[in-house]
Amino acid sequence: MRTPLFLLIWLGIAAAVFGLAVASGNDYVFFAGYVVLQYVVLSTAWNILGGYCGYVNFGSAAFFALGAYSTVAIYKFITENDFYRIPMPVLILIGGAVSGLVGFGMGYLTLRLRGAFFAIATLALAVVLQTLIVNWDYVGGSRGAYIVRPEEIAPFGNYIRYLFLIMLLLAVAAITIARLIERSRLGYGFATIRDDELASEASGVPTLKLKLIATTISGALMGMAGAPFPYYIGYLQPSSTFGLDYAVNSIAMPLIGGTTSWIGPLVGALLLGSLQQIATVTISSAVNLLIVGCLLVGFVIVAPNGIVGLVHKYFQRKPDEFVGRRRVETDSPETVP
Amino acid sequence: MSEALLEIENLSKRFGGFVALDSISLSIPAGERLGLIGPNGSGKSTLVNCICGTLHNEQGGVRFDGKKLDGLDAHRRTHLGLARSFQLPRPFASMNLADNIRIPLLYTLGARGTHLSKQAVEERCATLLHEVGLEAKSRHLPRDLTQVEMRKLELARAMAAEPKLLIADEAMAGLTHSEVEDILTLLVRLNDNGVTVILIEHIMSAVMSFSRRLVVLVSGKKIADGKPDEVMCDPEVERAYLGQ
Repeated sequence: MRTPLFLLIWLGIAAAVFGLAVASGNDYVFFAGYVVLQYVVLSTAWNILGGYCGYVNFGSAAFFALGAYSTVAIYKFITENDFYRIPMPVLILIGGAVSGLVGFGMGYLTLRLRGAFFAIATLALAVVLQTLIVNWDYVGGSRGAYIVRPEEIAPFGNYIRYLFLIMLLLAVAAITIARLIERSRLGYGFATIRDDELASEASGVPTLKLKLIATTISGALMGMAGAPFPYYIGYLQPSSTFGLDYAVNSIAMPLIGGTTSWIGPLVGALLLGSLQQIATVTISSAVNLLIVGCLLVGFVIVAPNGIVGLVHKYFQRKPDEFVGRRRVETDSPETVP
Repeated sequence: MSEALLEIENLSKRFGGFVALDSISLSIPAGERLGLIGPNGSGKSTLVNCICGTLHNEQGGVRFDGKKLDGLDAHRRTHLGLARSFQLPRPFASMNLADNIRIPLLYTLGARGTHLSKQAVEERCATLLHEVGLEAKSRHLPRDLTQVEMRKLELARAMAAEPKLLIADEAMAGLTHSEVEDILTLLVRLNDNGVTVILIEHIMSAVMSFSRRLVVLVSGKKIADGKPDEVMCDPEVERAYLGQ
């Protein structure tokens, strides 16, 4: 399936989801749906570096928080200088640019590391950035920052509906980008890095350049997911924005869904995100990470290739064989970086 | 003799206190069929790694096709026309055979400005797999291959980069006599098509039948360089292989 058609289909699905949410007449659907969609973007973004290239990033929360705090900084600047309000899509682009830039920098500093060393370096980056934010008074420092969300926005009415729609479109954009990468020359290059970096270089793949592209795209998407967050939550504080939830979920969701394809993070985020939202209203929000942990342990034992792998196994097709065959059947390097 | 394609000058490499390569100098003209032999630990693979950019040499230099390679990343050396196969096959495990071949076509030929159409890439993959006798398994994963097929895949992937120089690092290790013949035929055919080949091998019958020139390394030093028959009669080489 060509990318424009894929995008059109998913825009249609997004329109249907939005229509159903409006038809439900319950605003909580938008609140809960926003969080699930936010995880779709985060886990898809994580998978571009972690799944496609095999570089495990523990710093997802930092990129997410950077997007959120870039919005806070702009909000503060606008409020203090009585400036025109910047539309949310522009804030998202700014958040993405800031996080993408940091992703590029992080990549440049750390991508000569591999395996556990790279993972620890990304964790260290998150700690460094959190310390910087905690000590940056302009964005509220350790006290946190309040963002006054407009009550309504035309033609959507409730502002939460607008944020939900924005995140829905961002999720569609993220999975389209992930799929496009997967089927492009870039995606082939990423897969060689995951399989064998030495052989990859020997085949002429510029591995460092590709890893920098991956960290930048991944970081930018995470930042874009974080940019609308201050308007959603209303009060932003470092301890929650840099929270373990984001780091753990953005890793666990692709692992549970399956990391070799764009559909894995989507399935994982929809399943886990929805379960967490249900648990929040029926049991307690404190059990969220417990659910993630239990599912992760279960999947590592029962289905190490995630749900996507399990489904293919059910249909008597091994996941990597499927990947190979699918590539042959439908892939063409659609984009050349 | 034609102009040197690969020129190695006083190349040295140390790992801590261990001298892996000690002032190696070597000049290889285009079209050469060179055998590189030596006992285990003599520095053959280290030399290959230094030539290909996997390791960086501390002293000396490497020139390829008139260009200095020192400090150049491995992928850039591949773009210049230097290809290698690995001692232990390193296929891209999640990709089928056709995709394994596709990578150098997309990246190395692309970097040289040759942008092949999708159909041309498919055809080239099929041709290369046919040349090594793996066309029937083009949709299989590397894990389905036998040892000799894995070696052939390595060679096909190296050939896909359209190299000027191919370094085959123990491409026949662990193979039967007939399988060795298969690989030798492939290498000779490549050489006939103008590719310079360096063969690193322990199977002496294969080295002797393939090489027009033989270089012997012992403890990181080059102890002999010349025609295979003459080199094998060299007392120092005999000492290195058979002892005093």
